[in-house]
Amino acid sequence: MGGKQDSTKSESMATTKTAPDLLNSSIFSFKSLKLKTKQQELLIRVSILGLVYVLAFIARLFSVLRYESMIHEFDPYFNYRTTLFLTEKGFYEFWNWFDSESWYPLGRIIGGTLYPGLMVTAALIYWTLRFLRFFVHIREVCVLTAPFFASNTTLVAYFFGKEIWDTGAGLVAAVLIAICPGYISRSVAGSYDNEAVAIFALLLTFYLFVKAVNTGSLAWALGSAFGYFYMVSAWGGYVFIINLVPLYVLVLLITGRYSMRLYIAYNCMYILGMLLAMQIRFVGFQHVQSGEHMGAMGVFLLMQVFYFLDWVKYQLNDIKLFQTFLRITVTSAILVGGVALGVGTASGYISPWTGRFYSLLDPTYAKDHIPIIASVSEHQPTAWSSFMFDYHILLFLFPAGLYFCFKRLTDATIFIVMYGLTSLYFAGVMVRLILVATPAVCLISAIAVSATVKNLTSLLRTKQKVPQSGSTKGAGSSKASSKVTLDQSQPFQKNGAIALLLGVFYLLSRYAIHCTWVTSEAYSSPSIVLAARGAHGNRIIFDDYREAYYWLRQNTPTDAKIMSWWDYGYQITAMGNRTVIVDNNTWNNTHIATVGRAMSSYEDEAYDIMRSLDVNYVLVVFGGVTGYSSDDINKFLWMVRIGGGVFPVIKEPDYLVNGEFRVDKGASPKMLNCLMYKLCYYRFGELTTEYGKPTGYDRARGVEIGNKDIKLEHLEEAYTTSNWIVRIYRVKPPTNRL
Amino acid sequence: MAARIGIFIVFVAVFLSIPAFSSAQDLQIVNAERRIDLSSHIVKAFLTVKVENIGKDPAAEMLLAFPPTQIKNLAMVQALAVTGKKKKKTYVPLDVKPTEQPDAPNDTGYFRVSFVSPLGPGETITLEVLYILTHSLEPFPVEITQSESQLVYYHDSAVILSPYHVKQQTTFVKTPSTRVESFTSIEPANRAGKEIKYGPYKNHAPNSYTPVIIHFENNSPFAVVEELEREIEISHWGSLQITEHYKLTHGGARHKGVFSRVDYQSRRSVSGASSFNGLLAVLPPRVNSVYYRDDIGNISTSHLRTGFRKSELEFEPRYPLFGGWRATFIIGYRVPLEDYLFEASDGRRYLNFTFGCPLVETIVNKLTVKVVLPEGSKDPSAVLPFTVNQDLQVKYSYLDIVGRTVVVLQKDNVVPTHNVPFQVYYTFKPIYMLAEPFMLVSAFFFVFVATLAYVHIDLNIVRK
Repeated sequence: MGGKQDSTKSESMATTKTAPDLLNSSIFSFKSLKLKTKQQELLIRVSILGLVYVLAFIARLFSVLRYESMIHEFDPYFNYRTTLFLTEKGFYEFWNWFDSESWYPLGRIIGGTLYPGLMVTAALIYWTLRFLRFFVHIREVCVLTAPFFASNTTLVAYFFGKEIWDTGAGLVAAVLIAICPGYISRSVAGSYDNEAVAIFALLLTFYLFVKAVNTGSLAWALGSAFGYFYMVSAWGGYVFIINLVPLYVLVLLITGRYSMRLYIAYNCMYILGMLLAMQIRFVGFQHVQSGEHMGAMGVFLLMQVFYFLDWVKYQLNDIKLFQTFLRITVTSAILVGGVALGVGTASGYISPWTGRFYSLLDPTYAKDHIPIIASVSEHQPTAWSSFMFDYHILLFLFPAGLYFCFKRLTDATIFIVMYGLTSLYFAGVMVRLILVATPAVCLISAIAVSATVKNLTSLLRTKQKVPQSGSTKGAGSSKASSKVTLDQSQPFQKNGAIALLLGVFYLLSRYAIHCTWVTSEAYSSPSIVLAARGAHGNRIIFDDYREAYYWLRQNTPTDAKIMSWWDYGYQITAMGNRTVIVDNNTWNNTHIATVGRAMSSYEDEAYDIMRSLDVNYVLVVFGGVTGYSSDDINKFLWMVRIGGGVFPVIKEPDYLVNGEFRVDKGASPKMLNCLMYKLCYYRFGELTTEYGKPTGYDRARGVEIGNKDIKLEHLEEAYTTSNWIVRIYRVKPPTNRL
Repeated sequence: MAARIGIFIVFVAVFLSIPAFSSAQDLQIVNAERRIDLSSHIVKAFLTVKVENIGKDPAAEMLLAFPPTQIKNLAMVQALAVTGKKKKKTYVPLDVKPTEQPDAPNDTGYFRVSFVSPLGPGETITLEVLYILTHSLEPFPVEITQSESQLVYYHDSAVILSPYHVKQQTTFVKTPSTRVESFTSIEPANRAGKEIKYGPYKNHAPNSYTPVIIHFENNSPFAVVEELEREIEISHWGSLQITEHYKLTHGGARHKGVFSRVDYQSRRSVSGASSFNGLLAVLPPRVNSVYYRDDIGNISTSHLRTGFRKSELEFEPRYPLFGGWRATFIIGYRVPLEDYLFEASDGRRYLNFTFGCPLVETIVNKLTVKVVLPEGSKDPSAVLPFTVNQDLQVKYSYLDIVGRTVVVLQKDNVVPTHNVPFQVYYTFKPIYMLAEPFMLVSAFFFVFVATLAYVHIDLNIVRK
């Protein structure tokens, strides 16, 4: 802040100087336009930041250019639908919205079961633009929310980097995070998900907290509390903040870095943050009752004990007396705390940790206990390759940055080290959490890059300046440069520095190329529209999802209930505008298991289940014609597992042959006659999919199907899309028994 | 023959009350020939009548009569007077207006055709009348499966309903294919290939009516746009933005039961014969920035061919339309302003644009054309060759303060024949064009001024 004020002051001084010059003579005016070094630096910094801001935005627009301005994937469709509702009906209606279109017949209280931050943000942007007479469509706002917040994140990264290291590190951090694939993967245009704003909120909260710790200012702590509030309103990942910050405080306490600044920062942030967070209905009293939040409260109490002891120490002024007092207080405090925690847990007042939290601490937990969490691909443990894919050179720069951090240990660097290490652990547990680790990795890597480049350039400069002035005073006061001047006698130092600098620039340019490539190839596909290369190199578009959803929207009764696997629930409600049995919210495992059971039962049994759920249409996704591999047959084992987890009649081995999942002639009889198999392969046996292959050749699995003569008794084909990717069946009313 | 005429008179007595037209008796139709084209779902009838004044006074007009079942589906009636002989024929368009007759039998509807010059006693005139009927083919069976082809009923009268005495008349009905399940035979009537001929009948009393039913196969696309909203936004910066919201449906026999993709894609000729997939829109020649989308995004199945006289947009809805299925979509495009906006001699500006629906062979049940005039336009007035409901609205678009005047023209039952130019006149001062750039410039200016002020103001309470 100080630096900024200085620069603005000098700028104003410069302008006051130039004014008389301009009046006096035009010859001097040109000279006076030349900026001072400090002003030049400011100008360069501001323009770099401006360019990075723009870059972060446009790098995320690949999907809009390749496809169109549309919402991607699954969850964003729910967010889009709720945002649409919010802008149409207003905030109070939104807050009290009971959605009968999902989770039939249970319904869902939307206002109380979502994080409204994203929707409210988009709606506010929309309303602001409308107020300014920019009549944009809400869809455009939703599509561009993620890139916009990514741009804002780069600014926060700059200030954060400046806070923990220097402006150079801040700039590098801003550039790195602007194009880091780990972050881009969740913030391309159209990826309208909670994470889009949450990463911004997360980094902002951390930055403001570190600033508060560094300055001891109530204002920054207050800002941090509000940042935390925004984060809580936006994403369930706020739990990371409320555990990392106390952990950080605890580490500072242990390492003897307790200070009044820390006391102010943490207390203000915790109390206000907690009160604000409790205003979000989805969080509410969980913030003081659930196990995940207990750590923060414990550290808060510990902080008071510390302060109290400090005060007693000051009052007693006697070491022996104080130590007895210390012993008594600490023992009783631990006892009281332990008893309170025990009683709270036993009485059920403090709820135990949730399954997701467990699965974070123990990567094998979900696999054994909660198949529904394990079935989601983004909850899988991270492979090495995806680290390499998402971080590229940052993976090597990260340890280097840690080295620099440890070399210059301050309150701020301790924070970033802790943030980096913990989040990297979580990133290893779950693929999607790479996102949370990305800002830390970028910041620490930025420190490495900035420190290295700074050392090398100062080395080059001092060598040049030595013969000219004979003194090294002007070269800067960093340790590295003074060291360099001391051992000037080393040969080839200049050449070595140049080579190293070139190496750094090569690495960074490789990084930029890699990021662009990854963004354009891997992360810019909307997954609603599939694109493939044809035999002649032309682009073929499979728009089957929207074809099916629009068919549902236009040609089925408005109160029709659609049964499908839960992956497609949000899309059906948003694009098809029809009631679904289960959707991506997955809050009721039994309901999902019922659908899983129906899909894996024989048709008659499934018919009874579907009748009991009032199902009118069944939708399955089938990739056998196009070779689209993430279809329902490949997801089928998870349906069996989840169904079997609640209904023991469904047994996984019934669907396997010698532990192998097959759909061809060698498949198990139960597999060949279950509802999912029948619906996917109905009349597929008559079709020739590939030249030179028999009819009924499944291109996704590369086999000829085992059951070509499928008869449906209680269902009939209602619609199949042009590439067979989505197939919709009508459930017939029961036949009259007379 | 006389006996048959007697039967007809009984018919008339049953269906209609006894006519009592005084003026009607002054005219008689010497010869009438009617050709009804049933090949698409828009029924076109060409009527050539030779009218003679047998009264004592000159007649300035004549009446065309339509039965009540047709009058509500009547999209358009046009009449031309033919003068000259075979090769030197000239056609003069005549004024046709719907009219009420106080003693109309059984809700018969009338149109009054005004002659160019009154028809003197004993004179004859030949008229060519074109009338177009919509929703007049009734599917039977009402529901069909994917493999069946669509059969429809057409109801009409074998003789022309007219308030005048008709001396001789013939009716030809053209069906789309040779498959005709049945037709009411009124002797002399016969069928040859795709044509059914009724007549010639001689000497029919006024208001004769002989109902006939023709049951035949018609697999032409029954593309019915239930609602079409065309918004034409004028920008004096050089372009005309047209946005068209369609609610399309298949108006034929409803689809029943299974839709089988295997059958649809492998046996296309027999399976889903009555369904349609491709549509063609005829757009203006220098069209650009064409898009085709719906509520959930872009639809990728479309091709645009631009040409000198017209552009053609070939597109497919997301799914083939079977009977009763619906599809809504939006087509938008931009055309250069200079082709459509002109300055009238009195200094006013006027837009000259096509009225109807650009899709070929479609019926529009309800068409709303909204002409969005630039901000600051005054005194709008629309000029159309037929009657429409007119209204004014205000629309807010980008950077609008007072809003834009919107001229709303609304018409029901529109067919491709309505694709005729219409004009919207308004006054506009060019200075208003600069309002929006000025606003933007001043907004930026204020941002810079505010920044300057912020930099120079020291908000600290304590001086550092």
